[in-house]
Amino acid sequence: MNAYLPSLVGGMLIGLSAAILLLLNGRIAGISGIVGKLAQGVGMSTNLAFVVGLVIGPVAFLWLFGQWPTVTITVGWPLIIVAGLLVGFGTRMGSGCTSGHGVLGLARLSPRSFAAVVSFLVAGVFAVTVLRSIGI
Amino acid sequence: MKSGWLQIASALVAGILFGFGLSLSGMLNPARVQGFLDIFGNWDPSLAFVLGGAVVVAFAGVALSRRMKRPAFDEAFHLPAANCIDGRLVMGSAIFGLGWGIAGFCPGPAVASLSLGFWQTALFVVAMLVGMIVHDRTWKRAAS
Repeated sequence: MNAYLPSLVGGMLIGLSAAILLLLNGRIAGISGIVGKLAQGVGMSTNLAFVVGLVIGPVAFLWLFGQWPTVTITVGWPLIIVAGLLVGFGTRMGSGCTSGHGVLGLARLSPRSFAAVVSFLVAGVFAVTVLRSIGI
Repeated sequence: MKSGWLQIASALVAGILFGFGLSLSGMLNPARVQGFLDIFGNWDPSLAFVLGGAVVVAFAGVALSRRMKRPAFDEAFHLPAANCIDGRLVMGSAIFGLGWGIAGFCPGPAVASLSLGFWQTALFVVAMLVGMIVHDRTWKRAAS
């Protein structure tokens, strides 16, 4: 259980962030939506402030714990490009990602978000299983 | 839409909390994310704790918001109005899920980990923005 405590607390902080954005600004903390709006130049100031905060988050972690969070990237650049294109296209088409559908959608008991979460989890498991089976 | 400095400040605080939460939870690490999706291999359940903790706290926030006429710093709540489960939603989410599994990045961790300076995350974010623009230029126009 102890091994999962940082995950649980980290998750609760993510939930707190979503609650703050909802209760104070009346907005859904959906990262793909926020980044997408920023790319379109919609609601610049608040969306930019959120993204700047998002990038500061790991720096705050470094400041508090004296080390960067662990990041291990195993796939090469061709797959990174393919994955990025799929994530960008898919989140626009499906109107959300792990934060908007996964955290807030489930918290709002939205049937649409339940369907989205099932869909991206099944596809994610499929992708990893295929990659593992061919040794990537 | 007019954004006061209170909205900007709360968005900044929410962003920092989100990025810090991702860092603490291990979600920033694509290897951990792929480990969670690897249910037929060496499964790492930690992401379920991240999602569980996040949903429980967000649920309390949502419950509180339903007792409020409007958010603290705006005239009204801005919530998605769509309520039908259609092909776009399911297909789009599946396409996102494939990309998520292939690299282990979803939009939040990818953007947050830009501060760590890996070229891979920068490349991913650029590709993601291109994917968004491609969608908006092609599919959206065809659909409307």
